[in-house]
Parts: sequence; structure tokens; C-alpha cells
Amino acid sequence: MTKQSTSASPSRSRRLSWNDPATRALLYQVLVVGIVGFVVWYLVSNTLHNLSVRNISTGFGFLGREAGFAIGESPISYTPADTYGRAVWVGLLNTLRVSVVGIVLATLLGTLIGVARLSKNWLVSGVASVYVEVMRNIPLLLQLFFWYAIITENMPGPRQALTPLPGVFLSNRGLKLPSLQGDALDWILGGLALAIVLVILVAHWARKRQAATGQIFPVGSVSIALLLALPLAGWVAGGAELSVNVPVLKGFNFVGGITLSPEFSALLLGLVIYTSAFVAEVVRSGIQAVGKGQWEAAEALGLSRGRTLRLVVLPQALRVIVPPMTSQYLNLTKNSSLAVAIGYPDIVSVVNTTLNQTGQAIEGILIIMAAYLTVSLSISIFMNWYNKRIALVER
Amino acid sequence: MSAIPASPELAPRPPANKVAWLKENLFSSPLNILLTVLVAWLLIMSVPAMLDWLFFDADFTSDTAQECRKAEGACWAFIAEKHRLILFGVYPYDEQWRPLLASIILVLALVCSAIRRFWSAWLLVLWTVALVAVAVLMWGGVFGLSYVENDRWGGLPVTLILSTFGIAFAFPLGVLLALGRRSNMPAIKSLCVVYIELIRGVPLISLLFMSSVMLPLFLPEGFSIDKLLRAQIAIILFAAAYIAETVRGGLQSIPKGQYEGADSLGLTYWQQTRLIILPQALKVVIPPLVGIFIALFKDTSLVVIIGIFDLTQAAKAAIADAAWRGFSVEAYVFIAVIYFIFCYAISRYSQALERHLDKGYQR
Repeated sequence: MTKQSTSASPSRSRRLSWNDPATRALLYQVLVVGIVGFVVWYLVSNTLHNLSVRNISTGFGFLGREAGFAIGESPISYTPADTYGRAVWVGLLNTLRVSVVGIVLATLLGTLIGVARLSKNWLVSGVASVYVEVMRNIPLLLQLFFWYAIITENMPGPRQALTPLPGVFLSNRGLKLPSLQGDALDWILGGLALAIVLVILVAHWARKRQAATGQIFPVGSVSIALLLALPLAGWVAGGAELSVNVPVLKGFNFVGGITLSPEFSALLLGLVIYTSAFVAEVVRSGIQAVGKGQWEAAEALGLSRGRTLRLVVLPQALRVIVPPMTSQYLNLTKNSSLAVAIGYPDIVSVVNTTLNQTGQAIEGILIIMAAYLTVSLSISIFMNWYNKRIALVER
Repeated sequence: MSAIPASPELAPRPPANKVAWLKENLFSSPLNILLTVLVAWLLIMSVPAMLDWLFFDADFTSDTAQECRKAEGACWAFIAEKHRLILFGVYPYDEQWRPLLASIILVLALVCSAIRRFWSAWLLVLWTVALVAVAVLMWGGVFGLSYVENDRWGGLPVTLILSTFGIAFAFPLGVLLALGRRSNMPAIKSLCVVYIELIRGVPLISLLFMSSVMLPLFLPEGFSIDKLLRAQIAIILFAAAYIAETVRGGLQSIPKGQYEGADSLGLTYWQQTRLIILPQALKVVIPPLVGIFIALFKDTSLVVIIGIFDLTQAAKAAIADAAWRGFSVEAYVFIAVIYFIFCYAISRYSQALERHLDKGYQR
């Protein structure tokens, strides 16, 4: 009925008739909407009845009440005396923390492995292929359990902690990293932020100038110089005062440095390893989608290998890479909800505790869904914007 | 690692001898030599240690956990002791041939559907028979089989049932949603869009939670659905949205002329969809659909979180035995191998199928 309705002539008779596709379409739609509406009404009325029978009040008022449960780790200050609302906020921040770090690391590792899979070196491409095939064919949840078991059961205690790098300690209490501290830290970060802004401006200006005059500006080396020089200037301006806070074993545990809890480490490790296998495939197919002729043509034009990659191959590969990469980022964010299985306090885990305590099941599920929809939508919008920017501009 | 991509289709010509092969593939440039040495060093450091743990230092025969803990490597005796629990859960011990047979039937049905010679309407009959046989075997209660409640089901058959029933029911729903999303009727189209985007925007866990805590509230008083069925419904609803998007891709690849041709033949909407559009659209999307099946197979492990006894949960139950504490890595490796065999086999099949279906379309 869909096609007929478009091909119906504008001078269609106004008589209501079963033979008129538009009439039928209208009827079908009324029917479907009616059925869906009835089902929704039925479910809602059942729910309201059940809630009143079980004496559960509806509404989000419970968010203002005292939570009364502790959360293992939190980027903002949180105590059990805080409200449910703050607890949920902590959960959301934890989700975002692991997702953002995971996306960055998975992209880096995945790109490396994707390129390695295309290597002519038999050993390198073989190892990369085995990695991809093994990691993407084992469920993520199982991988999380595995890493969590490795960290909590098979790692030595803090006293015998492994030190893969000086200052880095791996034990069953999680991963300990050295951190920077001192008055100059703010200055250095300020310098870095300034440098990033300048680099963006310079790149923009250089692109415009090249489009207008054809002159090429060495953006790459200037950017590196800026990114190194400005934080260094900040360090000097801040009184050249900066020390590295190395974790030290005191008593039964470490003091100082940054701690990555066993839960966070296992979740991050699992997410990064699992997603990087998919990212590797995306990158590989993206690079393979660029025809060999493009390389040869660029070589014939006299472009260097680096330029060829940056100006000819990458822009075309990115067009193929970005859409599937977006869905990998979305998957990673959604998969971070598996944290609940190993006890990392992400939003699902916090809301789960909340709804067990308060019985506000519907509100809890709505909060989870709203949070993920917001995050998913934000990532989609950003990646669509980026995709549009790099899309092929056709005549 | 050279950045010039080698086409996957063109295998390198077999070199004349081994030395030439080594030179070409491992030592062609300084960078390549460095990479080869680096990777070889990594492999030498890790592979023998792993093999020692897996086989040479492993304990296959101990009777008790104490003996087994003395071994340097893995304790496979733990798996030997617990494999029935991991594979079949708490299904009555003497009746465990039934879930075994049910799993074999499901796997055979999958294998039959994979063989292109069997692609016909008979497959539908085969699946109906297979699913009924699985239900009879698992539940029992007829033909002299004792009745087994489905909260005693567990392990591999539950994983297989959740994924095969999931795809079997999600597929028609997904096709309908895809057709609805392509429809010209605004009300139907927007309903389908909202459904698909809503489901795809949230993690499967939230749907599983919803099925376990909200579904009981939705239903009239005194009416309840058991836990396994609720999880199955959540999985079906979840998979349908992903299938819908994949099928929509196939529908979009059908040229407009096909619709117009069908219209000019005077076919009704359902006739043209069934006879002209879907056969072509579905053929295009078979490989991604197989991909969805692999994802679904892995995703069924998530039902652990709402306490359903699938393969992963069964492994956790085996680990929880106080007498055999501390062998979780062995249990996880064991079920990881099971998952891997299934997923890898399906993905290899999907690649072969893609190559086969692509013939004639290659540049």
C-alpha cells in the first residue's frame, strides 16, 4: 500500500472506498496505533494496580532521600549519608570515566593491531590475526570474569607486588601508578590547554593560507614545538616545582600515587582488549577500501610516503572507518554496563542497589535508559558531525 | 610494517625456497627485522610459559583439590570433576543425556541451515521438528520421560536455546520492523523508528533488568512468567532491533525499479514484498545476519546477571564449590574454549558465505 499511495493521482475522488490506497493506509495506521495504544494502556493500568497493591509510591522523590550505602570508588566526594541522587550521579561519572578511557585506549590499540594485520611481515600479521580472532569470539562478560579472577586471585599481595615498570605496582589490590604533584602542576596543565588551542588555530590558519596561496606551513613540527614548549614554560613559571609521587609500601598496602581498583582495572582491561579486536577489523577494512591505485597515483605525483598516507589514503579510509567506529564506541559505552557483574560501581550497579533498597524499579530502569540514551545520542551526534566534516564533497 | 595494504584475496606467490620466503616475509627491511625480532621475543617469552601451564605442568588426574594445588600448571582435574555441572547445570544427574541430546539436535539443526543445498522451505519444517524435540527432551513429562522444571535447566543447552530461539523469533519481528521503518505511513514508521532507536540506545543489561523487575509489574495480578522465558523475551526484543537495522540496509540496496516493476505487475504490497523485495534484500544481508547471531550467542552470557543458569553461570557455580576453591581461571578457560569454538566456526562460515555470495559483484 505504500507505493500505491505515492503514485495515486492528485485528483483522487473524495469518496471513502476500500479500493483507495490512501483510505486503506489510514485505516491500517489507525488500527496499529489503536492496538499499540491499547497494549500500552493495559500494561500501564496493570502496573498502577500492582504498585498500589504493593504499596510502592511512584515518582522520583526517592532521589532526595539518604542513600545509606557506600560506593567503592568515586571521582567526586561521596559518603553513605549523601542522597540517592548523588549516588546515581557518582555511578554515571564512573561509567563515563571507564568509557572515555576505554574508547581512547581501544582506538590506539585497535589501530595498531589493524595496521599490524596488514603488515607484510608474516609473524606480525599472524600474531595480530590470532589476537583478533581469539578476542572477538569470546564473550566480553567471560573476559571480565577472567581478568577479575586473575587480578584478585592470582596476583600476589601488595608485599610481593609485581613491578613491570619502576613505580608501577600490580597486586591483588589493583594497579598502582605514580602521580604528579606540586604547585607547578596547574601551570603545566594551563600551558598544555593554551598549546592545544593554539595548535587548532594554527592548523586552521595554515589550511586557509594553503587554500588561498598554495604555500605549505609546517603544522606538524610547529604543533609539537608548541605542545612541548608551553607546558615547559608553565613549569618554569610555576616555580619549577614538581615531584613525582611514587606509591610506597607502608604496612599492608601502598600509600601515594594513583590507584586503579581491581574492578576498574579488570573492566578497563576487558573492554579495551575486546573492543580493540573489533576496532582493528574496522581499521583494516578501512585501509583496504582505499585502492592500490591511490597509492600509486600519489607516488607518481611525487608525494612522500607520510604525505600520501596523510593527504590521500587516510581521508579516504576515514570515510569508511568512521561510521562503524561510531558503533564500536557506542558498544563500548553500553558494554561498560557489564561492570555490575564484577562490582565496579557504574550507573547500572548503583541504580540496581538503589532499586533493591527502595523498590522503585520503574524509576530506576528509566534512569538507566535515560542515561544511556543521552550518552549514546551525544556520541552519535559528535561522530555524525565528524563524519559530515570528512565526508566526500561531490560535485 | 609496511603501510601499503595487500589485498586479502591475493595470496603471496609461494616463494621458491624457504630462505627466500624468510627473506621476503620476515627480513625484507631494517624495520621488518626489528619487528620480527620484537615479536619473536614476545612469543618466546609467552608461548612456552602458556603451554607449560596448559599442558606440561598441568594436573589431569588428581582426585582432590589439595593434590591438584601442588601442580605448577593448570588443574584440569577440576574440569574433569565438574564438567557435568558446567555443561548441564543442576539438571537431574541421571537424566543428563537429555540436555546432551537436545544440544546435539540444536547444533545439527544449525549445521543443516548452514549448508546451502538445504536452503529451502524444508528448513522451516526441520526447525519446527528440532525445536519441538528440544522442548520435549528438556521438559519431559511425555513418552515416559520424567518432568524437569526449567529452573533446573542449565549450562550449554540453556545458552544454545536462548540464542537459537532468540534469533528464530527475533528474525520475523526484525523483518517486520524494517519494513515498518521503510513504510510511507507516518504513524507506523515513527512507531518502528522509536522502537528500534530506543532498544539500540540502551544496553542489553537494562532490558534484562527490565524483564526481571518490571515485567512482573506489567502483568495482571496472579499471572507470572518464569525467569527463563522473561530473559528469552528480552533477548528477542533486543535482537529484533538490530536485525531490523541490518535488514533495512538490505531493503535500501534494492533498486527502485524492482518496486516499480512489481507495482506494474499489479502485485499487492505483501505479494511484492514476499516475492520480489525480501528474497533479494535478505540475500544481501545474510553475512551481517550471521554476525548478529554470533553477537547474540556471546550476549546470552549476560543472563548471568539476572541469575539464569547458562554456561557462564554454571562455570561460576562450579568455582563456588568450597572444596575446589581457586580454580576459576581453569573454569573460565574451559568455557571460553566452548564459546570460541562456536563463534569461530560460525564466523569462518560467514566469511566463506560472503565470498560465495559476492561472486559476480567483485570489482
